[in-house]
Amino acid sequence: MNDFSVINKRLPRVDAWSKVTGEARYAADLSMPNMLYAVLLQSPLAHAKILNIDTSAAKKVVGVKDVVTYKEAGTIHYGVSPARYDETMFCYDKVRYVGDEIAAVAAVDFETAMEAVSLIKVDYEELPVYLNIFDAMKEGAVPIHDDYPNNIGAEVHQEFGNVEEALKECDYVRTDKFVNKKQDGGFLEPQACLAYFDMNGNLTLYTSTQTPHYVQRTVSMVLNIPIGKVKVVKPYVGGGFGPKASANTIELAASLLSMRTGRPVKMVMSREQVFMHSRGRHQFYHELTTGVKKDGTIYALKNTCYLDGGAYSSFGIATVYYAGSLLGAPYRLPNMRYDGYRVYTNKPACGAQRGHGGVAARAAWEQQLDIIAEELGIDPIEFRLKNVREKGEVTCNDFNLSSFGMKECLEAIRDRSDWRNKKGKLPKGKGIGVACGFFVSGAGYPIYRSETFHSTAMIKLSEDGGTVELYTAAAEIGQGSDTVLTMIAAEALGVRYEDVKIYSGDTDYGVDLGAYSSRQTLMSGHAVKQAAEDVKKQVLEVLSKRLNVPVEDMDIKDGYIVFKKGQVDFSGIRSYYVKEHRGWAEQPGDDKLTFKEAARIAYIEKGTIVSAGAYKPGELGGKYKGATVGTSPAYGCSAQIVEVTVDMETGKVTVDKMTDAHDCGFAINRTNVEGQMQGSLSMGLGEALFEEVKFDEKGRVANPTFGEYRIPTALDMPNVNTIIIESNEPNGPFGAKEVGEGAIMPTIPAILNAIYDAVGVRINELPVTSERLYNAIKEKERKK
Amino acid sequence: MKRIINLIVNNKAYEIAVLPNRTLTQVLREDLNLLGTKEGCGIGDCGACTVILNGRPVNSCLVLAVQANGCNIQTIEGVADGNNLHPIQEAFVEYGAIQCGFCTPGMVLSAKSLLEKNPKPTEMEIREAISGNLCRCTGYQKIVEAIQAASKKMKKR
Repeated sequence: MNDFSVINKRLPRVDAWSKVTGEARYAADLSMPNMLYAVLLQSPLAHAKILNIDTSAAKKVVGVKDVVTYKEAGTIHYGVSPARYDETMFCYDKVRYVGDEIAAVAAVDFETAMEAVSLIKVDYEELPVYLNIFDAMKEGAVPIHDDYPNNIGAEVHQEFGNVEEALKECDYVRTDKFVNKKQDGGFLEPQACLAYFDMNGNLTLYTSTQTPHYVQRTVSMVLNIPIGKVKVVKPYVGGGFGPKASANTIELAASLLSMRTGRPVKMVMSREQVFMHSRGRHQFYHELTTGVKKDGTIYALKNTCYLDGGAYSSFGIATVYYAGSLLGAPYRLPNMRYDGYRVYTNKPACGAQRGHGGVAARAAWEQQLDIIAEELGIDPIEFRLKNVREKGEVTCNDFNLSSFGMKECLEAIRDRSDWRNKKGKLPKGKGIGVACGFFVSGAGYPIYRSETFHSTAMIKLSEDGGTVELYTAAAEIGQGSDTVLTMIAAEALGVRYEDVKIYSGDTDYGVDLGAYSSRQTLMSGHAVKQAAEDVKKQVLEVLSKRLNVPVEDMDIKDGYIVFKKGQVDFSGIRSYYVKEHRGWAEQPGDDKLTFKEAARIAYIEKGTIVSAGAYKPGELGGKYKGATVGTSPAYGCSAQIVEVTVDMETGKVTVDKMTDAHDCGFAINRTNVEGQMQGSLSMGLGEALFEEVKFDEKGRVANPTFGEYRIPTALDMPNVNTIIIESNEPNGPFGAKEVGEGAIMPTIPAILNAIYDAVGVRINELPVTSERLYNAIKEKERKK
Repeated sequence: MKRIINLIVNNKAYEIAVLPNRTLTQVLREDLNLLGTKEGCGIGDCGACTVILNGRPVNSCLVLAVQANGCNIQTIEGVADGNNLHPIQEAFVEYGAIQCGFCTPGMVLSAKSLLEKNPKPTEMEIREAISGNLCRCTGYQKIVEAIQAASKKMKKR
């Protein structure tokens, strides 16, 4: 037990009432008087030169207010990483995937805009289409981007220790290949936005985004508007999981159209457009060579990976690093080599998705480790326990594990799942498997090179002292950051949860890099805690003067002033407050001095009480090239046991049970932590068993619907036994670190290892559909 | 040509002129301003637009507004009694069944429809009843727990 009043509890979300009654507003719910609707013209071809664009017929349609192409938009390049700004608002020289944006039409209603857009005539000269990395890398292939003649947009080569030498010293070495499939974010809310450029020259953009700050910078740069004139507001967002973590074309096009027409412009993506825009999980081709000593010591890892990046870089520069840098860390691995290549293809761009860059690598390696453990005759959990790192260790690529409950996670799932009585002892067709996971708790550096703070926060007290207004630009996208930050503010200041009112997701409230890389709790949490502690100090200082009690002899808790050295006569303050607030609600009446009375006195003395907090991690990690990707102020870790049933007749896998332990440092809200774990596992289950974005021979998404791209339903997901491990992270606010993404890491390999335990076959290609598994079982029987 | 239809939505009668190709989702959201009904796919795959139509949960994106002529419809806005949440809503709040909230209105209505017909459902019956409502955030567990708790709560009342 601890003596916290607010945090570490199971409080309802701050937005639960709005959401459960349908009152919560998302971007597509917004409208303004005089609003126009806009739609995009997108390429029907996967790779072609643009010879001519004729918009004259579209412009003539009654009700059309504007038609824009690159001629109006300009060709300022943008993207995620400044080193690879390879996108423009609209295509000008060529189109690079089916869905690439060419023009936008704004009209009085959606139907008119759709009609007009169908009248835009584009002449193309078709180019060879590359739908896989092997074709794209072939000699003589046409470059999709001129700067990258072999279509390799980014490559990484890192070595720590000496892998070739180390492999020679190993008693057992094996190489395996592994491939996953392109996965879609599958968030329920399609992207939507509403832009309004007002008569004073200010642009307000309401948009469904994870990163208002990055959208603000991109819009400002591409449209050439001073950044202070661009306000990005994130209403409620219906999930993001990565693909909403950068600016998209509808945000830019709606802003441009509003600037040109002087009217608000709304754009909403269809579900098919969401699939085409993508920015979801890459396809990774891994080849892993691992060497171990005969006592089970993991000694060397060689990881080669090719990523199918799609038509643009998006987050891919970070992805290609993450696919290597995150892999070895949970284990005491002294020698690690990584060679990564991200290849352009004529498909929708891939980007960041939950467990950014590391999910396929983790699946591949944790399955290989399982094979190795079996070859060595060591129990897979004992094998991992022998190798896992502990708190205070530094990995071979310079990650500082300032807290690390990996061992505790493994022991907890082992004991809670009855592993010892099940592993290898279940009947044929039933299996149990284990795997570990590891992830950053916030990227150590921003996407653009900068000394910027990663998160800022402001607190202002209402004049009666009763309400704490918290302002943050952090992005609540469903993960619960508004709730967690409210709880941190209440705890740090000493008031009740319901006394804090949060305003978030608006670039006018400060700088916050947003909801990606599992950073909001740790980074925004720090900024909020700092602001709250400053307010507390300000109020106590005024009170100290009034009551003649030293600040250090007072505290604030649960909305009351605590006098540590016995009762103090505050009747002067009380009668003054009551006199001033006669007839008001919630008058203080008991024998304790309330925070609001103290805060009122502070206001009378100083004017509005405001405070600011700001956080940046400072210098972290190694000095080698690419050291910034994977470096984080803290690292989360997890372990999972999955039990499956395989139908031997059909190859169908049913996940029966999942036991998951996650070290989140310290759970600010226990319910939310479990929710992140359960949601992560569900996304992992989908990727393991059925999710795959498919393409036809022309490069069109063949399954752009939730009917044909299946995400887990309530019938696919079992209940999860969730175990929260709290290792008290010294670099986190109140000891907290990530849970949002790391929890997905062990799911796929744990399922793969359980399938092996059930039917004795290893699957190296996702998803494990019935067909794939059935064929593998039959193949194994034939070989017998 | 617009047609005149009559709907009872959340116990209130409406007479509306609609084009025959307009879906019930569009009319609820755009004509009646009942924006709690969400559109996640527009083709009946995701369940975010679920409403209760004559006692049955339906994907309102698959119903043309003219087909709903004369029907009794309940949307998420009609579930709470003024400021008092319905027991299902209370349970969703209490059990952490909500994350991004986009599936929540549809989920609540599917759950309500289930509990009206089957006040004591098994876990499997609950999972089947919400299997047409996709949720990417929660992994469904806390939603199932909330519906179980609501079932108990409603029995007591």
